[in-house]
Parts: sequence; C-alpha cells; structure tokens
Amino acid sequence: MPRDTLTGSRIRERRVMAGIKQSELAKRADISPSYLNLIEHNRRRIGGKLLINIADALGVEPTSLTEGAETALLATLREAASNTDMGEGEFARVEEFAGRFPGWAALLAENQRRIETLQSSVEALTDRLTHDPHLAASLHEMLSTVTAIRSAASILAEPEDIEPEWQRRFNRNIYEDSARLADTSRSLAHYLEASDTEATETNAPQDEVDAVFNKTGFHIPALERDVADVEDVTAVLGEGVSHSARWLLHRTLRRYRDDAARMPLAVCADAVAETGSDPVALAARFGTDVASAMRRLASLPDDLLAEPVGLAICDGSCVTTFRKPLPDFPLPRLGAGCALWPLYRSLARPMMVHSEVMEQSARTSARYRAYAIAQPTGPVRAGQDVLFESHMLVVPEPSRDIAEPIHEVGLTCRICPNSSCEGRREPSIMGTTDAWRF
Amino acid sequence: MSKQVLLIEDEPNIIEAISFILSRDGWTVKTHSNGADALDILRDRKPDVVILDVMLPGKSGYDILRELREDPVNAAMPVLVLTARGQSKDREIAERAGCNAFMTKPFSNADMLETVRRLAGT
Repeated sequence: MPRDTLTGSRIRERRVMAGIKQSELAKRADISPSYLNLIEHNRRRIGGKLLINIADALGVEPTSLTEGAETALLATLREAASNTDMGEGEFARVEEFAGRFPGWAALLAENQRRIETLQSSVEALTDRLTHDPHLAASLHEMLSTVTAIRSAASILAEPEDIEPEWQRRFNRNIYEDSARLADTSRSLAHYLEASDTEATETNAPQDEVDAVFNKTGFHIPALERDVADVEDVTAVLGEGVSHSARWLLHRTLRRYRDDAARMPLAVCADAVAETGSDPVALAARFGTDVASAMRRLASLPDDLLAEPVGLAICDGSCVTTFRKPLPDFPLPRLGAGCALWPLYRSLARPMMVHSEVMEQSARTSARYRAYAIAQPTGPVRAGQDVLFESHMLVVPEPSRDIAEPIHEVGLTCRICPNSSCEGRREPSIMGTTDAWRF
Repeated sequence: MSKQVLLIEDEPNIIEAISFILSRDGWTVKTHSNGADALDILRDRKPDVVILDVMLPGKSGYDILRELREDPVNAAMPVLVLTARGQSKDREIAERAGCNAFMTKPFSNADMLETVRRLAGT
C-alpha cells in the first residue's frame, strides 16, 4: 500500500522557511542531525511522538506536516506516468518528485491535463470525420468522379489508337466530370470552413461548463435574488462557450434558480448553522427532495459551511453531468470514477439515501461522509418507465474513532492500489504487482 | 464465344470507361445500375465475372453478395467488389460477404483488366 512519503519534504520546507538549521531542529527534537536528514529526505517514516516534537519545534500543527492538498496533483502525475513504460521503482517516487520539485510537478500535471483535452478534441474530430454524413457523401461523390476521370484519362493517354468517336466521348466525359468535381470540392471547402468555427466546440461541453464554474465559483449571487433571470445569467456566464455547453449551463442554472427559490439563502444559513452539511436535514426543513438539498448545499457560499462540500451528479448511464470536486477528492474529468462510490451504487436502489463514511485507499488521512440518492429525472407518469439520476454529496469529516464502518474507495481504477477489489475494471498502475495477476 | 462480365455500377461515366476497357480486350460487357433487382439479373445472366459496386441505389453491394452466396449454385461465381471506401474494415466486410477480389476507387485500368482476367481464370 503506498504511503504518504512527503512528510519529510514538508518538514524540510517548513524548517528552511523558518530559517532553522538542521542541527538546531534536531537538537530541539532530541534526535541526531543525521537521523533528521534521513527523515527530511523521506528515507525514514515518521509519526507519533517524534512528529509532534518536530511540529512543536517548528511551531506548526502536526497535521500540516502529514497532510497536503496534492492528491489531485499526484493523481494527475500518476495518470501521466501510466501512459509510459516507467519502471515501478521510478513510479513509486512520484510523491518525492512532487515534494522536491513542486513547480515542475505542477507544470507536468498541467501539460498532462492539456494532453487529455487535446486527445478528446482529436477523438471528437475523428468521430466527426467518420460519422458526418455530409462529409462522407461529399467524399464518396468526389472519389466516384475522380474514378471516372482517371479511367477515361488513362484510356486517352494510351499509345494505342482510339476511334475518334470514342475519343470525343471520353473527352466530353472528362470535361463533365471535372466540372462536377470542381463543384463538389468547392462545396466541401465551404462546408469545412463553416465548421471550422465550431472546431473549438470539440471539447466535451461538460468540460466547458466545468471551466465556467471553476472560474466563477459554485455560488452565483445573481441567482439568489427574488427575481433571478436565468437567461441573463446564462448569457453572461456562457459567453464564448459552445452551443451545447450553453444548453447544459442553462439547464444547470435553471435548477440552481429553482433550488434557491425553494431554499432561500438566509434560511439556509440558519439551517446549516444547526444541522451542518446534512442534506437530509435540509430537505426535511424545506420539505424538498434530498437531491435538491444536496445541490443547494453545494451552491452555498464557502463561509457558510464548516468546510466546502463536493458534489457529483450522474445520469442513468453513469456519465457525470455535474461535478464540483474538492481539492482532496478530485472527480475524474473523463471516464467514470470508482464503482464503489455510492454515486453509482445508489442507481441500483433508487430513492434510498446512502450515507456512509469513506476514505480513499490511496490516501489514509482524508475522510469523507458521502450522501447519495438516485431520484427520477422528471415527473413520474402512470404506466411509464422512469429514468433516474444520481447525486452524491461529499462532506469532509474529521478523522476520529467511530463505530461506523469506513468504506475504502478509490478515485479511478488505474491509480487505485486496492488489488483485490471486485469492482476493478482495469489493472492498476500503482506498482502493486498483485493487480497484474488475473 | 467471348466471356461475359456483368458490371453493376450506377455511375454512368465509370460504366462507360470500364465497358470500353473490357470490350476492347474481347469481353462481352453487360451493365446494370440498380441494387434492388441486381440479384435477379445475376441469377438470370450467370456471368463469368461480376464487378459489383458497393454503394448502389436500392440495395448495398454487400447485401447483394451475401444473398448471392446463400444459393449454392452461385457460391463460386467470381465477384470483384468495387468501392470508394478502402479501409481495412471495408475489405474485411467484403471478404466476409464472400468476394473473390476487392478494388478501391479510383482504380487503374490495367489493374482492373488484370483482375477480371484472373477471376475468369484466363
């Protein structure tokens, strides 16, 4: 099981920032300088009393040495490495790398994200080339015409004599076909030019909406007013995004407005002060459904809640339609997350509120309570099948002893060390050799 | 008696060029442009070689070929599939449907002639 090996790097960083010499810190913590040196280079594990002593000597909280906000960064770096044939030994040093070269690591992660975006653009373009009926028809027409021209031209170019009547016929055919070819190619060029402006839209619309929320935040004051105009807000926030992204944004913002109207901000503030980030309590208070209460909690200003909460919404095909990630609980941008998340499991038991404590197996320090429910997407009608969508609210929880079972979940299979998981759909790249035994 | 080629293709100028090349080589060339009743024509005429375009009005060349092969009488009739789509998966589809040769447009006249001769076993 990989462990957080960055503690040493953080100690070193704090010490250097505080201007304390290694020997001085070693003395204060009552250890030898060479032992501290090993710790600082992440070659010795550290915990318990010694960690507290060093934290005291540095004047910082012990947790600030053991916890970092780099889960997302490490996950991205592992993703980047997964596309290479990097050896296990080198791969295991990812935390050390991130700790020693934070700037370079961030750059690498940024590039990795960019590559992912570009890859999805290329896929979308390829998809368009393959499935665009107009493009396919034009190409077919052009190839047919070219075939006729080439065949006729080769006949004329042969050294053998051809009767004048046939010569005239093939000449005429070539003339006609070349005119047709000119028309088709011109219209194809027009078509490609026109769609060129749409090329920026080959990003998944969901990515564009994510970008909007990441820029403006998940609390939108303009939609909290008594008279909130969703069209106006969509126009302002959705400036420059593609048509499909604007459609998605509009749908999300309309829901926001409805939620905010049913659960006004001032009353929410009181409710949250009383019951915290509990969507079931909030739903009971306003007499709404639990999913609406989850969305409302995720849209409250950060200072109202003890800690910001994360939210993921997925449809019946488990595609994420909305995501508000947390720094320590990133939600995958592309592809599905962990099958163990109640987000997906709740689809099998609609209308039941799942509430469970979970920890990500790759990371021991962060703990969350996840609430999840699958609800019908629209009004239910007699005799008609119902479509469900699932909501999962992720609320940070302090790590303390509890009687409740703690569910170990992952982020996504490729970077998950849990080799014996029944939900695994592809092998892990986490260097646990067990994962490769099928 | 000269051998007969049945050309099933809907593009008039391609028909004219292929007909010319093959006739000059001594073949009797019959043509047909509609997919819907192509199978009937094939069964009636029993040509020595078939040149079959894929994109035909009425019925696709692949479907025609598949149905042709269902009848044991025509299981061995030599068929050259002609298509503007030359990806390996198109070739696979054509081969699974039971073609004897596969040629992409645009083709060279010499290749066309040589393939037809080979299929007829001459």
